Amino acid sequence: MADTHAVDAEHAHSPQLRHHFDDMHQQFDSATFGMWVFLLTEIMFFGGMFGAYTVYRTMYPEAFASTSTYMNPAFGAANTAVLIVSSLSMALAVRAAHLGQQKFLQLMLIATMIFGAAFLVIKGFEYHEHWVDMKVPLIGGHWDYSEAPQFAHQAQILFCFYFFMTGFHAIHMLVGLGIMTTIFVMARKGTFGPSYYTPVEVSGLYWHFVDIVWIFLFPLLYLIGHTKKLI
Amino acid sequence: MHPVTPVRTYVLIWLTLTILTFVTYYVAQIDLGQLNVVVALGIAAFKMSLVIWFFMHVRTDNPLTKLFVFAGFFWMAILLALTLGDYFSRTWMPLGKFW
Repeated sequence: MADTHAVDAEHAHSPQLRHHFDDMHQQFDSATFGMWVFLLTEIMFFGGMFGAYTVYRTMYPEAFASTSTYMNPAFGAANTAVLIVSSLSMALAVRAAHLGQQKFLQLMLIATMIFGAAFLVIKGFEYHEHWVDMKVPLIGGHWDYSEAPQFAHQAQILFCFYFFMTGFHAIHMLVGLGIMTTIFVMARKGTFGPSYYTPVEVSGLYWHFVDIVWIFLFPLLYLIGHTKKLI
Repeated sequence: MHPVTPVRTYVLIWLTLTILTFVTYYVAQIDLGQLNVVVALGIAAFKMSLVIWFFMHVRTDNPLTKLFVFAGFFWMAILLALTLGDYFSRTWMPLGKFW
């Protein structure tokens, strides 16, 4: 009889505890672990593109080095800085949720969304510049790589990589903004506190992962071969 | 659950990441030959480690999660090593330097 009461008391402890978990700690560990398993599939997803990129870069080093001067590293560096700030605000949001600081949590979530949106706006300007410069390798031929005509073919390959890799990254950013909106709505209802902040933590993992992808895209697409101004 | 990390730590990590971004940007303007790619990717890998270890709290995660995180990046290393091993050993393919 006493045992039943003890179990009841434990279950009544937190309304967020699902019945198939022993306690809140186990629930939290399972959630973060599950999120990491998902992120491993994301490593495979982006890893395939990074691998293919590496192969082509080693096959056409001169061409890739010359075409990387088509990119504007100032855009890339600015976007890296913006994304790193958003990672800081995300980390602070998780901390605030853990400590039950409701106002600060909402503030940091909004900051994260603003920085994430700023990244996409800068990216949009950059894409627009490529479009105006006629560097988008579309079928039908609205492109012109006559600055280095000997590498025109490889330049199309490079820009395909560029648009696919940054494009998939941008889609992940959009998904991240959607997740942040959901978390913000939950935070407004006062869902999170010291005993339950798992959704904030897990969304943070996703946000930081997208940041990491950009940390590698920045040197690979903008910086390597930057000094080799072959054009 | 994780212990609460002080704000100071997060700000320091952010500061380091930002400084490294500027460092990698300016080093890329200097011609170091083959070293440029090593420096750029080395800095990127270090930045990634900081984000994973501190921002993503792997520092205080349980050993199972740590193992999986390591396994993910180890898999990535296998992918790159075996793919490049294959392409580098095909002598008929036009291979140059990384730059």
